[in-house]
Amino acid sequence: MQMSGAQMVCEAIIAEGVKTVFGYPGGAIMHVYDEIYKQDGFEHILTRHEQAAVHAADGYARATGEVGVAMVTSGPGFTNAVTGLATAYMDSIPLVVISGQVPLSLIGTDGFQEIDAVGISRPCTKHNFLVRSLEELPRILKEAFYLARSGRPGPILVDIPKDITVDIGEFKYPDSVHIPSYKPTYKGNNRQIEKAVEAIKKAKKPLLYIGGGVVLSNAYKLVRELAEKTQIPAVETLMARGVMGAKNPLLLGMLGMHGNYASNMAMSETDLVISLGARFDDRVTGKLSEFAKYADIIHVDIDPANIAKLVDVDYPIVGDVAQVVQKMLPLLDDVNTDRYQAWREILKRYDELHPQSYVDSDEVIKPQWAIERLGELVGEQAIITSDVGQHQMWAAQHYPFDRPRQWINSGGLGTMGFGLPAAIGAKRAHPEKTVINITGDGSILMNVQELVTAAEYKIPVINVILNNHFLGMVRQWQTFFYEKRYSETDLTFQPNWVQLVEACGGIGYDVTTKEEFDAALKDAIEQDKVCFMNVAVNRFENVLPMVPAGGALFNMMLPPKIEKEGEK
Amino acid sequence: MANSNNERRVISVVVMNESSVLARVTALFAGRGYNIESLTVAPIPHTDMSHITIETKGNARVMEQITKQLHKLVPVYKVIEHEEMVEKEMVLVKFPIAENLSDIAALAAAYNGGIVNVGKEMVVAQVADEPKRVKHFIEAAERYNPCEIVRGGVVAIER
Repeated sequence: MQMSGAQMVCEAIIAEGVKTVFGYPGGAIMHVYDEIYKQDGFEHILTRHEQAAVHAADGYARATGEVGVAMVTSGPGFTNAVTGLATAYMDSIPLVVISGQVPLSLIGTDGFQEIDAVGISRPCTKHNFLVRSLEELPRILKEAFYLARSGRPGPILVDIPKDITVDIGEFKYPDSVHIPSYKPTYKGNNRQIEKAVEAIKKAKKPLLYIGGGVVLSNAYKLVRELAEKTQIPAVETLMARGVMGAKNPLLLGMLGMHGNYASNMAMSETDLVISLGARFDDRVTGKLSEFAKYADIIHVDIDPANIAKLVDVDYPIVGDVAQVVQKMLPLLDDVNTDRYQAWREILKRYDELHPQSYVDSDEVIKPQWAIERLGELVGEQAIITSDVGQHQMWAAQHYPFDRPRQWINSGGLGTMGFGLPAAIGAKRAHPEKTVINITGDGSILMNVQELVTAAEYKIPVINVILNNHFLGMVRQWQTFFYEKRYSETDLTFQPNWVQLVEACGGIGYDVTTKEEFDAALKDAIEQDKVCFMNVAVNRFENVLPMVPAGGALFNMMLPPKIEKEGEK
Repeated sequence: MANSNNERRVISVVVMNESSVLARVTALFAGRGYNIESLTVAPIPHTDMSHITIETKGNARVMEQITKQLHKLVPVYKVIEHEEMVEKEMVLVKFPIAENLSDIAALAAAYNGGIVNVGKEMVVAQVADEPKRVKHFIEAAERYNPCEIVRGGVVAIER
């Protein structure tokens, strides 16, 4: 069928089953927007900034597991999208971002709104394309979607010169892709899997170390089954919250810099780490030479480059975590779960010794209380997004996540301003669910213009601002490591939050008491409008436990101990 | 690690011959802080592929990462970390015509080369040999006041 390049872009998006595209038009991408106007195969959501368009597509992808699509113009449109690409790249999120480019004849001439998009995005995309002829456009679009979702997922940029979107040619969307140099390994090596299973049977203190790969691979049921069958305790990374389910007795909690005591001690004392889709990030390991010092390591990862990148691995298994665990399960029929009983008891004692706790107050709302209260009031039916900072860590520590894809945050890149647009994407994907962005008074202002998007399209996301009038996480480091010199972290000067959100078409609540918190949340859910809950929390609360950067995991700064009744 | 020395290594990378593929490879080295000592690239005859030969330095862990990261690039077919290889490098050296030409010719011949061009004021000698021997040739040639030395980078093939 004969059609323009712009039509081909729309046809490909429809053929891939994409229902929602987030974007922002401009000169070089106008022909594509003209075709978007004419078609009704997908909806387009106009964000108010290109960065937010990519984050929204990212939130959509994280909430559904499908490829998210964003569209931007050349030059500044593209450069604004770079933070979004990098955010998705670091967390292996499948995205296709389509950018306009100046016409082929102008490339290299410093034309108006020209920038080398493939050059800039090379280190923050899984792969990128500059389309050089109309003939290759259908193949490139097909490959882009395939590359985004296959293997270790990631964002793909397709940069299309304007004249190619105008040209008319034959369109046939390919049924399959043929990239002979790209062959991801899904099936783990059987011999390696058998060896790993033998190691599990011989271990005395094994530990499941669960990463975001389990979420990406939709393997959580299998991983829960593995834990259940073997009765091996588990720790989750920030990206894996929800995999085991908060109520699972085998889950110790989150490990790492702000992990709980039992999790970090478990990692320090285990004799066999079973790493499933985790990549030994520095925020998880702390001082590498002390990390899992007494353990052999089984490392299951779809990306061979992750294996032995930071730690020596005894049982490397390259493959999709779902397929590998599926193969492991029948081999563990004769596992003796009593073998790990003593180990489970040690860890239980650790958790009783230093549970994840905080000192609550009657005078002021504690941020941890606010998170726990959200958990009590909306619990498993909500999707929680977050920005980056103290509120993110408190959410990860205290919210009772019950399933994967319930917790959406920027883990690898740590992008402030991610939460609101990601919440918009997640809510569009799951309109039936309450979507709450847990944010701070610093982060929320980094993409606050998206209130307008949410109001216009009636995407009622609830923004809970844990407002401590500080850039809290940096302030916490200044308290601990910079002798309380609060350089540029004091946010005492603030907008009027209620007026701000109302000016954009939403509702605002100032919350200073626990009663107001409950009432505001109830009203926010009923009103079904984008809103701010501006929650005044105590200014100097710290995220604890904390392992100082570069320290060993077992050297934690712990929260003050709460004496239980009857305890001395 | 078994080998923590910063050892010299030669890697061959077979890639799809498409635009910006060389940029992907070199950007990966730059972005991840790996060294490139020399690099050569040319199309492989009768295919749509190119062969890149990279001379680099690093310990065993770094080498493993370089190999794996290269493999992750979508247009990369094959990465060969050379163990048993034949490797050659070419060098062109320009000398003033006033120097002892027969000495230069004999020296170049000893290193698998000869004089390849004679002009009014300059003479150009060419040598193609193992990189170590090319280095020796350049050292030996110093006494004839070379005015320009152009090394070609390593090419290697597994034995």
